This record gives sequence, structure tokens and C-alpha cells, in this order.
Amino acid sequence: MMTLETIVRELALEVRTAPGKLGREVTGGYASDLLSCVMAKAQPGNLWVTLQSHPNIVAVASLLNLAGIVVTEGATPDSATLSKAEEEGIPILTTPLTTYTVVGRLFALGIPGVER
Amino acid sequence: MSEVTRLQELTYEVKIGDVMTRNVITVEPQTTMAELREILRDHRISGAPVLENGELVGIVSVEDLIKALAAGEMNARVDEKMTRNPITVQADETVVMAIKYFNRYGFGRFPVVDRQGKLVGILTRGDIIRGLLKQLEMEYHREETLRHRVSHIFEELISDLTSITLRCRVEAQNFESAGEASSKIKRALTRLAVPPQIVRRAAIVTYELEMNLIIHTTAGGEILAEVQPDRIIIRAMDTGPGIPDIEKALQPGFSTAPDWVREMGFGAGVGLNNVQRCADEMLIESPNAQWTSVKVVIYLDHHQRPAEEAA
Repeated sequence: MMTLETIVRELALEVRTAPGKLGREVTGGYASDLLSCVMAKAQPGNLWVTLQSHPNIVAVASLLNLAGIVVTEGATPDSATLSKAEEEGIPILTTPLTTYTVVGRLFALGIPGVER
Repeated sequence: MSEVTRLQELTYEVKIGDVMTRNVITVEPQTTMAELREILRDHRISGAPVLENGELVGIVSVEDLIKALAAGEMNARVDEKMTRNPITVQADETVVMAIKYFNRYGFGRFPVVDRQGKLVGILTRGDIIRGLLKQLEMEYHREETLRHRVSHIFEELISDLTSITLRCRVEAQNFESAGEASSKIKRALTRLAVPPQIVRRAAIVTYELEMNLIIHTTAGGEILAEVQPDRIIIRAMDTGPGIPDIEKALQPGFSTAPDWVREMGFGAGVGLNNVQRCADEMLIESPNAQWTSVKVVIYLDHHQRPAEEAA
């Protein structure tokens, strides 16, 4: 198992919210931009990789008790998203990398996908 | 993990005065090092403040004792061997300050003084650890008591059928607060000590139904979650426009969501399938396509449904 903090360091992600929650162990990864797919598949403690950046991603992450959200391709979450994430204690991590690259690097670090 | 964060928070909340040892064993300047050895041994302590007429004048530790022993100076007075004008901490400072002091000076203990500089206690790293653990234990106990109370609510309120109903209004087209109704219901179910797997399923159901009310209704609607002793009944009701073909709406991938909504990642056409997957029973009604009511039942005794895990 690996903490969010290690992943942030390894992938040089920018921590935009909830820096106090980076000690959490990441149980796996999931990538999709379709929120209902995330609702269906992502597991508690998963790190979610997406290029969506609107406030509803926080609701999804919070309802599913995800470890955090990686927002890819340099997308910038607006202030409503950030303040909601801060409030809910959901780390939002941004990166200029594409979703494909982020997922590839997560796999290389040994973060498994959801296979069920 | 949250415990660690809570522990860090506690260091900012708990005062040194709350964790320090109050009954301080003190010595006087004229006490000899040989006497000091007996005092430290008898009380199983590793150092003591030195008081002269009630005033703190120094601190003497087991290290000073070892040096005196090595030098054969056990008959020396404590005030010849002690550290003068010791660094003190104040009782009303927070524990995090003390931790900084311990790290900065490397001392094993600090005398604790009040605002007037009068000795009121002594603080070691052990005191801090014990104090914080005690605080955590108290919080844990409070939480447990509360959980116990809530989970027994159904046993205490006697009727033919006791239930708790949570009612959340959902506005149409309001994506800003989307997810709030489901968040509220999730929190309430957790408070009611519903098992986490059931809370997860109920959260997915309410979220999808909430999004449907936001995306597809003309005037919004309402989500109700009724908690009974053996089941949770979730209802979403709106005032239109209704679903002309329910069977079609249930086909994975079918959605009537407009493009701008799809761009946000909604309208994948699997929302109702998610609801179905998490439900033990589901009934959708939309008579003459005027309004829609979705009723979902989740039974509390089916903790781990294989269906959801396999999907």
C-alpha cells in the first residue's frame, strides 16, 4: 500500500486542497470522466483520475469515500470546486499530464485497478 | 489515518496544564547529590526542580547525578551541579509548544509555571503521550456512547412500526449544490449506525436519483429516505415531465440528457442501472408520463450482496 503523499511526490502533482489528508493509504485507482461510471465502480480509498473539474466531482468522491481526485490535462478546478473539496476534506491534485500518462505511472508505482 | 490528524490537532488544543504531572517532587539547594540519588530512586523519576523558599532556581537531573558520581562528588550540594535558570513552559500554553521545546533543547523535562512564574508541575515526553492518548480515549468513548444510543433508538421508541424519514428537496438544473441531498442522507445513515456497505449502496442510489431530478425535471423534486428497523426505503418524486418509456430508460447507455450536461460527465445513461444494481427492490412509476416516482428498497440484513460485487 502507498500513501497519497508518496504518489503526490512521485508524480509531482500539485496539491490544491486538503493537504492534511495526504497521509491516507490509496487502495487502488479508477479513471473515468463519466460520473455514473465512477459511482458504479470506484471503491473506498481509490484515487480517481479525471479531467472533470466542476464541483460535483467532490460530491462523488465524498459519497464514495475516495482518497482523492487527480484532475488531468492542466484543467483548473474553479473556486467553488476547491472550497467544497476543502470543506469535505477531499484532496484535489492537479497535473498537466494526460489521464493516460497518470494512470500509466500509477500502475508503475503498483497502484492496482478495480477488477470486479 | 484520521487518528493521526486528530492527534496532531490535539497538540494544538490540549494545554500543557492538562497533561503535566502536578505533584512535583522538588529538592532544595542544600540537598546533597547522595540524597538526590535516593529521592530519584524512591520516586522513580529522572530529575527534579530545585526550589529555594518556594522560588524555582534550577533543575537537576539524573545526568547531573551520573557526572557527580563519576567525579566522586556525591557530597556536593545540588545547587553546585544543577542547571540554573532553567527554561520553563507555561501551563496555559498548548502541547505543540512543549513539543517544539523538547525538539529544540533536547531536555528530558521542563518545569511548568503559571503566569506568575510559580512552579505548578513538571512535563516529560511521557506526560504528553499519556495525556494525548487519554484525550483520544475520551473522545472515542464519547463517540461509542453516541453510536450505541443511536443504534438503540428503534428499541427505545416502541410502536408497531417505527421509522425515521429524511426529506431532501432537490432543485432542477442546480448543478452547484448537486450531491448535497445524497451527502446529507449518507451522513444521517452513518449516524444511525447503518452498516457501511448499506450506506454505500444507499448513497449511490440517492446520488443517481438526485442527479436525475436535477438534470431531467422541470421543477425539481424531493428525495425521501425512510429508515425502518430492517430496511431503508428511498423515494424520489417529481412533478414532471415523466418518462414515456420506462423500459427504454433502463437500457444501459440510453439518455435524454442534453450535450452540455453530458460534457460535465453526466448523462452516461447508466444512472438507473446503478440504482437497480444497488437496490433489493426497485419500482418506477410514471403514469401517462406526467410525473415520476422511483421507489427503492434496501434490506439491512443483506450486508454483502454478491450482485453488487460482481457488477
